[in-house]
Amino acid sequence: MNTSLNKKNNQTKTKLIATVAVQLLGAFLAVAAPLKEGDAFPNLNQFGLEGTVPDIHGKVVLVDFFASWCHPCQESFPVMEELHKQYGGKGLVIIAINLDKNKADMDDFLKTHPASFVILRDAGNKLVSQVKIPTMPSSFLLDRDGKIHAFHRGFKGDETRKQYTGEIEALLK
Amino acid sequence: MKTRHLLLLALMAASGLLTGCVNVQPWERGNLADPAMTAGNPLGGSMSEHMWFSREAASGGRGVGGGGCGCN
Repeated sequence: MNTSLNKKNNQTKTKLIATVAVQLLGAFLAVAAPLKEGDAFPNLNQFGLEGTVPDIHGKVVLVDFFASWCHPCQESFPVMEELHKQYGGKGLVIIAINLDKNKADMDDFLKTHPASFVILRDAGNKLVSQVKIPTMPSSFLLDRDGKIHAFHRGFKGDETRKQYTGEIEALLK
Repeated sequence: MKTRHLLLLALMAASGLLTGCVNVQPWERGNLADPAMTAGNPLGGSMSEHMWFSREAASGGRGVGGGGCGCN
């Protein structure tokens, strides 16, 4: 009687430890898969972004994540402004999403780097926490179906500008 | 024996999870990117940096845009 009780206890113990081990390993390996080309980009209306989210239905969209303290972001703004002026009327929407802790820093940045494209602010970092960009700045070019056509890690001056232009022209055709 | 192995596995996983290390995400590096966080002499730093990249044909690794902020 005692032997079978001990055996049952041991089995329960083993099951419990196995469950804990599996859960811990699961937590270890639970790394959110980064977005990749062909994936649908999250709906911008679901993250409580500050600013007015434009209607991007059927548009080619460049979503750029920036912050005032990021130097390559400063270089990227004149290029995005140029793209906006060139392709804005042809179906391109540029949305720059600010990640500064203080809104005042963003406002100062926009005084020195004026932009006529859409600026939103992810004050709670809800969107960026889901998208999990690997570096600053990062940008996603979305096709007319809202799927990721290209991902740009960082901003590398003329090289990135040429890539943007080629990809945008191909998508707008 | 099996129980002991599983316990060991659980402890190993726990030791990894409970280290207290935090990954500073790329979008949280505003303070690290502040020029005030740059090590060295602020007056002579730019001159020595200029000499460094002229001589080594390399730049970055110090301060903003290559140091703490992880930009690019």
